[in-house]
Amino acid sequence: MHVAMTVNGREVSGDVEPRTLLVHFIRENLRLTGTHVGCETSYCGACTIQVDGAAVKSCTMLAVQADGATIRTVEGLADGDQLHAVQEGFWERHGLQCGFCTPGMLMSAASLLEQNASPSEDEIRHAIEGNLCRCTGYHNIVRSIEYAASKLRGEEPAPPDWTMDFEGVS
Amino acid sequence: MYPRSFEYLAATSLDEALAALADNPDAKVMTGGMSLIPLMKLRLFSPSLVVDIGRVPGLDAIDDAGDHLAIGALVRHATTASSEAVQSGAAALAQAAALTGDVQVRNRGTTCGALAHADIAADQTAAALALGATMVARSSSGERTIAADDFFVDTLTSALQPDEILVEVRVPKTGAGSGSAYGKLGRRGGQSDYAVAGAAAVVTMDGGSVAAARVALTGVGTKPSLAAGVAEALVGTDGSEAAVAAAAARATEGVTVLEDLYGSEEYKAHLAQVYAGRAVTAAMAAAS
Ligand SMILES: Cc1cc2nc3c(=O)[nH]c(=O)nc-3n(C[C@H](O)[C@H](O)[C@H](O)COP(=O)(O)OP(=O)(O)OC[C@H]3O[C@@H](n4cnc5c(N)ncnc54)[C@H](O)[C@@H]3O)c2cc1C
Ligand code: FES
Ligand code: FES
Repeated sequence: MHVAMTVNGREVSGDVEPRTLLVHFIRENLRLTGTHVGCETSYCGACTIQVDGAAVKSCTMLAVQADGATIRTVEGLADGDQLHAVQEGFWERHGLQCGFCTPGMLMSAASLLEQNASPSEDEIRHAIEGNLCRCTGYHNIVRSIEYAASKLRGEEPAPPDWTMDFEGVS
Repeated sequence: MYPRSFEYLAATSLDEALAALADNPDAKVMTGGMSLIPLMKLRLFSPSLVVDIGRVPGLDAIDDAGDHLAIGALVRHATTASSEAVQSGAAALAQAAALTGDVQVRNRGTTCGALAHADIAADQTAAALALGATMVARSSSGERTIAADDFFVDTLTSALQPDEILVEVRVPKTGAGSGSAYGKLGRRGGQSDYAVAGAAAVVTMDGGSVAAARVALTGVGTKPSLAAGVAEALVGTDGSEAAVAAAAARATEGVTVLEDLYGSEEYKAHLAQVYAGRAVTAAMAAAS
């Protein structure tokens, strides 16, 4: 079947079998390999992208379902050499170790901050419930997203706090 | 991980979708795909035709019809969860939708899809049952309504026929003096992921005593079930802590509790009591 969509502002199209998963279309047809495939069972969130503005797991969508959609992948976050605030946040606050979960984390984080400019730590943790990280323990990911939130609000991010205080986290 | 090959129809109208289902007995309708695609990837489901109704116009609204809310087939979990109409008129359903899966799942999965799919550990099934919802099923030969009490049949089995589409769920609004609530223990602890066990309650208060109650459990057996014993014990009491505890103790009376990967029969029965009690308490608080 023929599909056409807008990916990171570019019109793209291709011929796919109905069973082609959107993540495979993005990685293999479009050669945008920033979007990762982790579990392929809809759990890990490494494949998270935005479809028509909403964060979705691209391993759990068919490419044919995205016909006509507007898609943003992790490659669409930065503006040229200018990192997106969430990318800068993960850099500044060590939000990654092996980096496998990072593209999905960045997309979930960017989606959260588009809807909620000042999320609490609890809200951040719930927003990344669909993204698994086997390395960081999440703490620095939360700090990274807090950094990005400050940046996007036009505020200077608070200096790094590397202590682990889990009080009040549910 | 690919599904087996299948034909795909992006239906542009309900009639087109219903005709395709009528002509293809092993076709499957798809809304959000959040359960269908994983099951097809695991090759537990291998339909020859997938009828995608995701683009059919007019199915994505929540209408306030006075005494009930009509939730269309394409209303996503995220919309049900954040809808003010659902939060105020059918709080248990909004809470269950908010606790369904994760952000990405809620952005695609639909409330009607979760009901039609009838997973044993789903959230909104229990809320729909406690609230006494009515399912509106359409096929190429007409439309019929199915009460929630008759809708959930068995594991992944609802009363829908293969050629029927659940076009809408009608959820009675809790009126003055009544309230509803849902809560669960999720498989990942806290309230994340499918329910190890959960409960929804609807309670109506009248002059300081409980006039009516309906409580439904999920996660403990092969389908969401009414906890009739809890309702029976609660009605007529003052809804005190002691009365709720005594009622909750009857949570699994007449309910088949089964062990699964996430808990023994005993543990599930215990959780059923805990969550039935909590849901009743929260529903009473919302009623006053
Ligand atoms: C990672 C993950 C976590 C999840 N966690 C939870 C959770 O915590 N709680 C929970 O309850 N669920 C959970 N789910 C399941 C989720 O709620 C699904 O969205 C829902 O079960 C199905 O809705 P859907 O619209 O995606 O349906 P689909 O996947 O499109 O369809 C599912 C089934 O229902 C049928 N169907 C769908 N819509 C209709 C209709 N309108 N009429 C007739 N038949 C229909 C399909 O033919 C198919 O058999 C989770 C799913 C994932 C992937
Ligand atoms: S690869 Fe999609 S959720 Fe893991
Ligand atoms: S950084 Fe390795 S999985 Fe998250």
